[in-house]
Amino acid sequence: MTIDSFMTAASDYANAVDGTFWVLVVISSLITLLVAALIAGFSLRYRRGSTARRGPLSERFGRDVEIGWTVATLFLFLFIFWWAASNQLSALNVPAHAMEIHVVAKQWMWRVQQPGGAREINEIHVPENVPIRLVMTSEDVIHDLFLPTMRLKQDVLPGRYTYLSFTPTKTGVFHLTCAEYCGTDHSVMAGRLVVMTAPDYARWTNAQPEADDLAHQGEAVFSALGCSGCHAPTSSIHAPDLHGLYGRAVPLADGRMVTADEAYLRDSILLPAKDIVAGYAPIMPSFRSAVTEDDLVKLIAYLKSLSSSPDAGVSPASGKERAGGTPALPGDRRMGAPQ
Amino acid sequence: MTDAAIADAAVDREPASYLGAGHTLLSWLTTTDHKRIAILYAVSITLFFFIGGIAIGLVRLELMTPHGLFLTSDAYNRLFSLHGIIMVWFFLVPSIPATMGNFLLPLMIGAHDVAFPRLNLFSWYLYVFGAAFTVYALISGGVDTGWTFYTPLSTNYATGYVVAAAAGVFVVGFSSIATGVNFIATAHMLRAPGLTWFRLPLFVWAMYTVSMVMVLATPVLAMSLLLVIAERAFGLPIFDAARGGDPVLFQHLFWFYSHPAVYIMILPAMGVVSEVIPCFARRTIFGYAFMVYALIAIAVVGFMVWGHHMFVAGQSPLANLVFSFLSFIVAVPSAIKVFNWTATLHRAEITFEAPMLYALGFVGLFTIGGLTGLFLASVPIDIHATDTYFVIAHFHFVMVGGTVSAYMAGLHFWWPKVTGRMYSEAWARFAAITTFLGFNATFLPQFVMGWNGMPRRYHYYPDVFQAWHVMSSVGALILAVAYVLPLIYFGWSLIYGRRAGANPWNATGLEWQTSSPPPKENFHRIPRVDVEPYAYDAFVHLPMADNRTPPSLPSPASGGG
Amino acid sequence: MSDAASALREPWPDLDRQRDGVSVGIWLFIASEVLFFGALFLGYAVYRALYPEAFRIAGAETEVFYGSVNLLLLLTSSVTMTIAVDASRHGMRRTVIACLALTILLGAAFLMFKGLEYSADIAKGLLPGAHFPLQPPQTQLFWGLYWVMTGVHAIHLAIGIAIVGAFAVMLWRRLLPIESPAMLGVATYWHFVDTVWIILFPLLYLVDRS
Repeated sequence: MTIDSFMTAASDYANAVDGTFWVLVVISSLITLLVAALIAGFSLRYRRGSTARRGPLSERFGRDVEIGWTVATLFLFLFIFWWAASNQLSALNVPAHAMEIHVVAKQWMWRVQQPGGAREINEIHVPENVPIRLVMTSEDVIHDLFLPTMRLKQDVLPGRYTYLSFTPTKTGVFHLTCAEYCGTDHSVMAGRLVVMTAPDYARWTNAQPEADDLAHQGEAVFSALGCSGCHAPTSSIHAPDLHGLYGRAVPLADGRMVTADEAYLRDSILLPAKDIVAGYAPIMPSFRSAVTEDDLVKLIAYLKSLSSSPDAGVSPASGKERAGGTPALPGDRRMGAPQ
Repeated sequence: MTDAAIADAAVDREPASYLGAGHTLLSWLTTTDHKRIAILYAVSITLFFFIGGIAIGLVRLELMTPHGLFLTSDAYNRLFSLHGIIMVWFFLVPSIPATMGNFLLPLMIGAHDVAFPRLNLFSWYLYVFGAAFTVYALISGGVDTGWTFYTPLSTNYATGYVVAAAAGVFVVGFSSIATGVNFIATAHMLRAPGLTWFRLPLFVWAMYTVSMVMVLATPVLAMSLLLVIAERAFGLPIFDAARGGDPVLFQHLFWFYSHPAVYIMILPAMGVVSEVIPCFARRTIFGYAFMVYALIAIAVVGFMVWGHHMFVAGQSPLANLVFSFLSFIVAVPSAIKVFNWTATLHRAEITFEAPMLYALGFVGLFTIGGLTGLFLASVPIDIHATDTYFVIAHFHFVMVGGTVSAYMAGLHFWWPKVTGRMYSEAWARFAAITTFLGFNATFLPQFVMGWNGMPRRYHYYPDVFQAWHVMSSVGALILAVAYVLPLIYFGWSLIYGRRAGANPWNATGLEWQTSSPPPKENFHRIPRVDVEPYAYDAFVHLPMADNRTPPSLPSPASGGG
Repeated sequence: MSDAASALREPWPDLDRQRDGVSVGIWLFIASEVLFFGALFLGYAVYRALYPEAFRIAGAETEVFYGSVNLLLLLTSSVTMTIAVDASRHGMRRTVIACLALTILLGAAFLMFKGLEYSADIAKGLLPGAHFPLQPPQTQLFWGLYWVMTGVHAIHLAIGIAIVGAFAVMLWRRLLPIESPAMLGVATYWHFVDTVWIILFPLLYLVDRS
């Protein structure tokens, strides 16, 4: 791979980051040159044996200068903080209808599930100019998905979802690496981010091996595991209705309100005793030993597809942004979502 | 040996010198003399410096080609882990405090010893005990978690000797705490008459502030590692996500110590530089009070910024902003210090002995290191640059360009005081310049490749980065030579070096008012101090070359040493 | 008086300074210990906030009887230690040594009851792992923390017993004077270990057991 596959700025955000970077380079170079010049200059001028004028400075001069450059430094550093932070804050507004791609990291590979059901290993195909949101988790240790051309990376954690949002503006094949040391083959846990034009992406998706989209696959898992035994409206067991659940505010038994986002859905399946819904008994068993990470991705896609009508079946995965809450930053933990 | 050398050697064995008070190995291993303990530490940390250096030498050799040369990935991973563990805890953290701090603190404040001499010896034995665990881990095959021991890799997946390595660091942490307790009590309670807080040399202030950080931060590291051991060795779930544990909790606990740890490494270095520059500029330090406040500010605010190591770890954006803001704030006192050191050179009378070369090198390299810290304090820049070689370059600029340069400056500056001998100035200057050049050749390329996307802790890497890696490895070779040279000329000086008088540099400070080497009890009579520190302006035009003539200092009222 | 003078060590100029020095030193050490245990308590607080129900279920299994007995033992030992400190200031040799011995006995009794408690816990299978008897899985977090917290405390107590024991022996054999400045350091450490138990007790034994 060429350096372009690392260094191209393939999104508007990446360009903004580069802008910040170069401004910092200029400021730092100026400061460094100033310090170096002063040291070199003073060393030359005031070396022993030179004829420069010596003797003490007035004390007031010393103190005034001190206060002066302390304040100047403070303002300069605060300015840089404000400027970098405001660039970052503007990146926090993730568009509402991002295309969600699920990523599962494990030693030492990346498993990727496209919303249309296609699966990839160590590659992520995306269409350009579409907001993308990666929903990521790890099966074992902490990894980190690094997309240098997006100037983004995000740790990928076990037991939790983390997110990486970007909108590619350039087509091409770019580098993707693991950037959190994860054991023996950390340095070869790499892959490609393939950005295609929208028509090319559509063609590519259609060319993938026939597979149901994630929501349909999730429906299959849902019935295989017997979830409707309790969660169907006709069941004799009193279990929360799952239609329209995703994105809704859920009142819990201990008085808290949480938003039913991916993390909540995942925890409800794996750690059901963690957040008991108000008015229900804590009798749901854990499905930790019965589901894999891939199953979870499908189940969650299915649950997201359920509309409020109890009769509605699967609709195409909407990839909808979570309801409510603050805009997401790459790596944002869900507000209100338990760990 | 010549007659003169034999006569010289006889001076060493005079009972007045601390070196002469007992010649058996046992007398060294059971000493409570802070000066001997300092030397015990110096020998130990030098040994570990070279072990950690060899580890990274092998790594840099391996990195000459992108596809590996002679190491398996597991071996590579263990080598960089060992390098980090050894360099951080068995070299950098103890380096200046345990050697120069131990030797000089009582001398600089006019005391006979530190507050708790037996605790001091015990702290060295804790170091040795901790080192033993680490050597055991090393010999058994090493640890492969990185020096950061992140969970769940360290608790559930790593195949190396995690428990042994973590235990070694746990034990050596208590050595740090013991040293810190000793220094704080010493500074509070054993200052000579007249020596008020604002008459103390900045090195003493540096020892005091660093001790506060050591005492308060290190226990949190100890607990983090204890919990890793509890989980790995005893199966007790603390960070296990499957049972509801949070691996990021480990990171919070770990970095709560490990960020102040980097200030543990830099504060003493700043103290050394503040002693060396005024002496070789023959001028009082510019802005003494601000220098003191800056040390305190760095120590205090340094406890509040740990989250900047975790901008991509899954923290909330709000947390990221807060930690970013505080990280910018903590840079301000460091900048003040750089300006003050530079301003000290104004209207000065400067000579360029080896200590001064290292000290000036420190100022430049620390400036670059600190400025690149500002890059990393900006969240969007850090998101791209973290876990790449950019970070590696940043922290090596401050820890090696900074702390190690200052350590060398101090070693050269106080070598005559500790050993009674002068080293070879020509060789020392050559080594100092070689160090500066080798260092920059090693680490400047790493900024470039880091920003260009080269991740850290990578055994194999994409071909495009090879040229930079080769540059860096060649630089490392030059640096290695520069670090070996002092071993040679310092060793030589112990036998053949010109004898140093009490004050070969005509420096201020109570340590120079007693003989070189000092007597066991430091001062025959505790001096009284009535002058401000760094009273060099009165010294301008006083020659430095002749070290056999007693200097004509404005002596303290009741006379000393 | 020569007895007291022999307590003076290098580099202290006088005994009062040395006593103050010991005080400064031991309190600095206590500060470090506060952070050591504090990190552990922080972990407990985080997990309890996240999983209150699991902590309630897990906490119901702790042996309140043993915990309370141990609380009383340690509180009493702090009383005997305080008497020893006061007696040492007045040079009351027999009282000092007797009270130190009592303190050691009470501490040892604590460890004995702790051992009995641990056997009871193990008999109930409360060792986190594959056969852990409670649900949900986060109850294992509580019990993992339980073993670490009580274990670290017990080690501190054992070290304290050893130090008090060694100190008492040195006093008895007149290697140290009764007014030794070290008394205050030893006592402060002991009180700290007691205080940790006072904090641990409600966290581990009184979770929702009001």
